[in-house]
Amino acid sequence: MVTSITSFGRSGLYDWMMQRVTAAVLMAYTIFMIGYLLFSSDLSYASWSSLFQNTAMRIFTLLAILSMVAHAWIGLWSVSTDYIKKTSIRFAFQSVCGLLAFIYVVWGIQILWGV
Amino acid sequence: MLVSVYRYNPETDDAPYMQDIHIEIPGGKDIMVLDLLQLLKEKDTSMTFRRSCREGVCGSDGMNMNGKNGLACITALSQVVVKDKLVLRPLPGLPVIRDLVVDMSQFYRQYEKVKPFLINDTPPPAIERLQTPEDRAELDGLYECILCACCSTACPSFWWNPDKFIGPSGLLQAYRFLADTRDTARDQRLSELDDPFSVFRCHGIMNCVSVCPKGLNPTKAIGKIRNMLLQRAT
Repeated sequence: MVTSITSFGRSGLYDWMMQRVTAAVLMAYTIFMIGYLLFSSDLSYASWSSLFQNTAMRIFTLLAILSMVAHAWIGLWSVSTDYIKKTSIRFAFQSVCGLLAFIYVVWGIQILWGV
Repeated sequence: MLVSVYRYNPETDDAPYMQDIHIEIPGGKDIMVLDLLQLLKEKDTSMTFRRSCREGVCGSDGMNMNGKNGLACITALSQVVVKDKLVLRPLPGLPVIRDLVVDMSQFYRQYEKVKPFLINDTPPPAIERLQTPEDRAELDGLYECILCACCSTACPSFWWNPDKFIGPSGLLQAYRFLADTRDTARDQRLSELDDPFSVFRCHGIMNCVSVCPKGLNPTKAIGKIRNMLLQRAT
């Protein structure tokens, strides 16, 4: 039986709200990145590296990573509860999604503070 | 013209099948799909479908005509027939009882969940509970629903989770009572809708709006329920 125990916030309204807030963060990050890549006069390793050494950029990027993880979880949870009827397969799918999300967060932090 | 009808009699058939029937429309007139079904039934009396008022009021003859849900009695052949062919299927997603007749229990269960009646715990006045014309106007576009199930059975979210997602029809009715100034159970009604399935499985694809034979807009009503939930929580 499909239940809401594995949903992000257990409340439909909260999930819906988070989906929208995280989408706004991801849009801001995407626009910034496209703008940077298009209009930056000097695109080199040095400029890219110094961009990410900036604390504000690290915070913004971490926020974008966390937003992506929450956004993806809410979306994929919806997809899996729509299309995967067998509980064991659905749980396995959600577990893989959860594990990947965790890996991406840890890996992202490692990259961000490693530059 | 060629009519392809979904046939299934659980007593005699192992599986449903499509029956192709060639039929001449008397006088070549532009008759309604329900009239066509009546002609088919004269040829083959085992042909089964629901119908009652034959004028789009009772909501009995909702079916899928050339891929689109609608009421057979108010849909003219000219509106649906493509290349002289018409495919008639039962409403999608609900269990088939026989031919074009579906079991609407799941649909009604969702309707029942939204408590489609006025709840007011204040003592009743001597005559009636009055509304201003403006308050009454809030119910226009909501109360006209005839529960034909064309919208809910056109909604993929209802197909996948018919036991948890209320569906466009039920949600239109939910909003009809949330918007009623005489109702005092708004908070309780909203609490019962605030789970990840009841309302929030709607992704706004608006199939419901495109098929509603009464021209109603469940997507808009669902948006208003969402806003009410949001306002209550912030």
